[in-house]
Amino acid sequence: MEMLTSIFAISLGAILTNNFVLSQFLGICPFMGVSKKIDTALGMGAAVTFVMGIASLVTFFIQHLILEPMGLEYMQTVAFILVIASLVQFIEMFLQKSVPSLYTALGVFLPLITTNCAVLGVSINNVSYGYSLIESVVYGVTGGLGFMLAIVLFASIRERLEFADCPKSFEGIPLAMVTAGLMALAFMGFSGLQVW
Amino acid sequence: MVTNVIAALLVLAILGLVFGLILAVASKVFEVKTDPRFPEIMDCLPGANCGGCGYAGCSAAANAIIEGKAAVNCCPVGGAEAAEKIAAIMGVEAASGEREIAHVICNGGTAAKKKFEYIGVQDCLGAMKVGGNGPLECAYGCLGFGSCVKACAFDAIKIGENGVPVVDPDKCTDCMQCAAACPRNIIVSVPVSKKVFVECANKQKGAAATKVCANACIGCGLCVKECKFDAIHVVDNVAVIDYAKCKNCKMCTKVCPKDAIAPIPTKEEKEKYKAMKKAQAEKKAAAAKDAAEAKAAEEAAAKAADAAEAAAPAEEAK
Repeated sequence: MEMLTSIFAISLGAILTNNFVLSQFLGICPFMGVSKKIDTALGMGAAVTFVMGIASLVTFFIQHLILEPMGLEYMQTVAFILVIASLVQFIEMFLQKSVPSLYTALGVFLPLITTNCAVLGVSINNVSYGYSLIESVVYGVTGGLGFMLAIVLFASIRERLEFADCPKSFEGIPLAMVTAGLMALAFMGFSGLQVW
Repeated sequence: MVTNVIAALLVLAILGLVFGLILAVASKVFEVKTDPRFPEIMDCLPGANCGGCGYAGCSAAANAIIEGKAAVNCCPVGGAEAAEKIAAIMGVEAASGEREIAHVICNGGTAAKKKFEYIGVQDCLGAMKVGGNGPLECAYGCLGFGSCVKACAFDAIKIGENGVPVVDPDKCTDCMQCAAACPRNIIVSVPVSKKVFVECANKQKGAAATKVCANACIGCGLCVKECKFDAIHVVDNVAVIDYAKCKNCKMCTKVCPKDAIAPIPTKEEKEKYKAMKKAQAEKKAAAAKDAAEAKAAEEAAAKAADAAEAAAPAEEAK
């Protein structure tokens, strides 16, 4: 029961209260880059969720089976980047073979997950919060879902903004930036949510 | 201390090695066969993703070429050189299309009459929205606010001396972004070797066209009569050159009463042309006269002969 409560709390926190994009401001690059269409945003969200889940799993083992016994916790960041980079490479190959449509839809942004700080953030947060294996994976997956929620909402807003009559100087990215700021402000409303 | 460093090095090296091996295996397992011609064609294309070919960027064009949907010379920017290389890769002959460049068909500029002075946003489309079709009396002429200049990614089009944009033939790649930006639709593609242009797009009748612009084509048809190659015709009150037939002889430029066909001849050239025409006409007239005289002489001689013949039997009778 206690386990369930903690998982619920972690999920709620990762999706809403401490949303990776809108509260922790991690993973802004794909958030701005791939949010022009809902389809690609969904694909990107799914890819990030997938990578974050697996990265949490793998980095948990790297941390607890390799780094801690060797007393190399300070190598965390380097080791995690290594893991995430190879993982993304692997997923890219996998997608190109099995889901070519998603591969072409994600285009250049798939390799960009390599440098998506949200993925690295998940791994490092897992360690610093002292999560167990299950908690880590849940945090990773729900963090990815939170990312997906944010990017899909953002993409649907941007799709409508395409048709909005706005000054030429605001067209495109500037307007998207303002929108992102307003969305972050809206997500601050969730900070009152606490489940303990 | 040293052992720590070595341990860290070893751990990371081994981790890297393991992941490297996994990736190497995965690259074999998940190998996707791509067309080997694709990267080669990509190397031939300029990679500017300008969209001049009508496809969404160079990689889309390369794919279309491989699938046979696009011609090997579909890239106007790469031109004949790229077409040749791509043709070699695709194993077909390149149709030797001549390089084309953009051209603005208006020489109104300062000679075009203005309805009012426009001082709004310096943009053609913006100017078009004001006062019903913009500040010019002519509804077809270049507004000269340089929307095409801004649209050009190659720095190839500049506002010329008389306020009309001029294309630099060396820099122009015929991507036609300027034509897309022009609200008057007076930028067209012409073969780079052609030197003669009707510099007017005004479809109004002669008198009306003259009223709005001193340089307007009035559709008089003198050029049509002058052209020996049937290359210029008056369509909708404005002369249009058929570049498949035009031989750059520039005769039409010299007969144009409004100097609406470029290159505009100088006064001397016109005088020379007139003198030449006059000489030709004189020669022709002289030839005609000679011919007439010769004919008359012939006839007279024939008559004389007839008379002589007629006279002979009479004499015999005597």
